[in-house]
Amino acid sequence: MLIAATIAILLVMILGIIRGVVGPTLYDRILAVNMFGTKTVLLISLLGFAMGRPDFLDIAIVYALINFISIIGVLHFSDSAVFKHDPHDSGSTNKDA
Amino acid sequence: MDTIVSMASALCLLLGSFLCLSGGVGILRFPDFYTRMHAVGVTDTLAAAMILIGLMLQNPEGLVMLKLLLILLMTIFISPVASHALAKAAFKNDLVPLSDSNENKGGTESSIS
Amino acid sequence: MPENNFSDPDKQSLVPHLISLFLTLAAFWLINSGHYTLLILSLGLTSIALVLYIAHRMDVVDHESQPLLIPLRIPRYHLWLIKEIILANISVVKHIWLGNKTISPVLTTIKAHQKTDMGKVIYANSITLTPGTVAVDVVGDQITVHALLRQNIEDLQAGEMDRRVCRLEN
Repeated sequence: MLIAATIAILLVMILGIIRGVVGPTLYDRILAVNMFGTKTVLLISLLGFAMGRPDFLDIAIVYALINFISIIGVLHFSDSAVFKHDPHDSGSTNKDA
Repeated sequence: MDTIVSMASALCLLLGSFLCLSGGVGILRFPDFYTRMHAVGVTDTLAAAMILIGLMLQNPEGLVMLKLLLILLMTIFISPVASHALAKAAFKNDLVPLSDSNENKGGTESSIS
Repeated sequence: MPENNFSDPDKQSLVPHLISLFLTLAAFWLINSGHYTLLILSLGLTSIALVLYIAHRMDVVDHESQPLLIPLRIPRYHLWLIKEIILANISVVKHIWLGNKTISPVLTTIKAHQKTDMGKVIYANSITLTPGTVAVDVVGDQITVHALLRQNIEDLQAGEMDRRVCRLEN
C-alpha cells in the first residue's frame, strides 16, 4: 500500500510538472512549484516508511520549511515588472499600467 | 486488532492517493489560475492529512508519531499562507479571474449540486 | 493577568508570553531531537535562550504572536473547521471529475465582523484553508474572496463561520 501511494504521488508530481511547463501565466508555474513542494514532503515521508527508515521525517520537515520560504521569497519580488501579467499570454485581461 | 489498524491505514492511504490524483487532474483540467488554486487546496489539506494519518496508523511509536503530527500541522499552517500570498500577488498584478460564463449573472441560484 | 495586556504594552505583561514561547520552543526541540543526554539538552536550552533574546529584541513577543486565551477556546472551532474542510473537499473533488461545465467561479467581497486583527486573520485563513474558497485580499473589514462555486459564496454570506470566529475572539 505504501508503494501504491508512492506511485500515486509520483504521478501527481508528473501532472504538476506538466502544468508548470505548459501553464500559460507565471502564477500557474509558481502554483505548480508550490504543489510540487508539498508533494515532495509527502513523498519523502512515504519513502521513509517504505524503506523502514522513519528518520527521513526530519528531512521532510526541513523540506516543508524550505518550500514555504522559497514561495514567499519569490513572491517578495512580485512588485517588479517581470511579474506584471502580460495580456497576450491568455486573453481576458485589461492591462492598465 | 492489528489487522483492523493496518486495514484502516491502507484505507487512509488509498483515500489520500485518490484525493491527490484528483487534485493533480484538477490542476490540469481547470480553466484559469484561480480555479486551479482550489484544486491545489484539495491536495494540500485533506489529501496530505489522509496520507499522514495513514502513516501514523502504520507505526504507533511515540516520537515518529509526534513528527508526523508536526509535519501535518506545518502543512496546514503553511498552505493557506502560501496560497493567499500567491493569490494576492496575482490579483495585484492584473491577472483577472475568469468570470461566471456558463451561468448568467441574475437568477438561477444553486442549480448545480 | 492576560486580559488587560491588549491595551498596555509595558514590560511586565510580556512575561506570560515569553513563558508560552519558551514552552513551545522546548516542545519543538524535544520532539525533533530524540536524544535526551545532558549535553544535547543544554545545547537546546542555549538555543532557546538565544531565540527568546532575538525575538525579544525584534519586539515580536506580544499578544498577537503568542495569544494566551485563544488556545483554550479554539479546539471546538477546529473540530467544526475540520468537518467543513472535509465537506468542501468532497464537493471540489466532485466538480473536478464532473468537468469545467459544472463550475461557476465568482470573485466578490464579503464583510468580516471581527473586531481585532487576529480575528480577521483567523477568518481569512479559515476561508483560504477550506478548498473552494480563497481569500484574495483584506482591506479594512472587506475580504475579497474567489470561490469555485456560487454556492460556496452563498454559504459564506450566510455567516456561520463569521459568527464562530467572532465568538472565538472574546
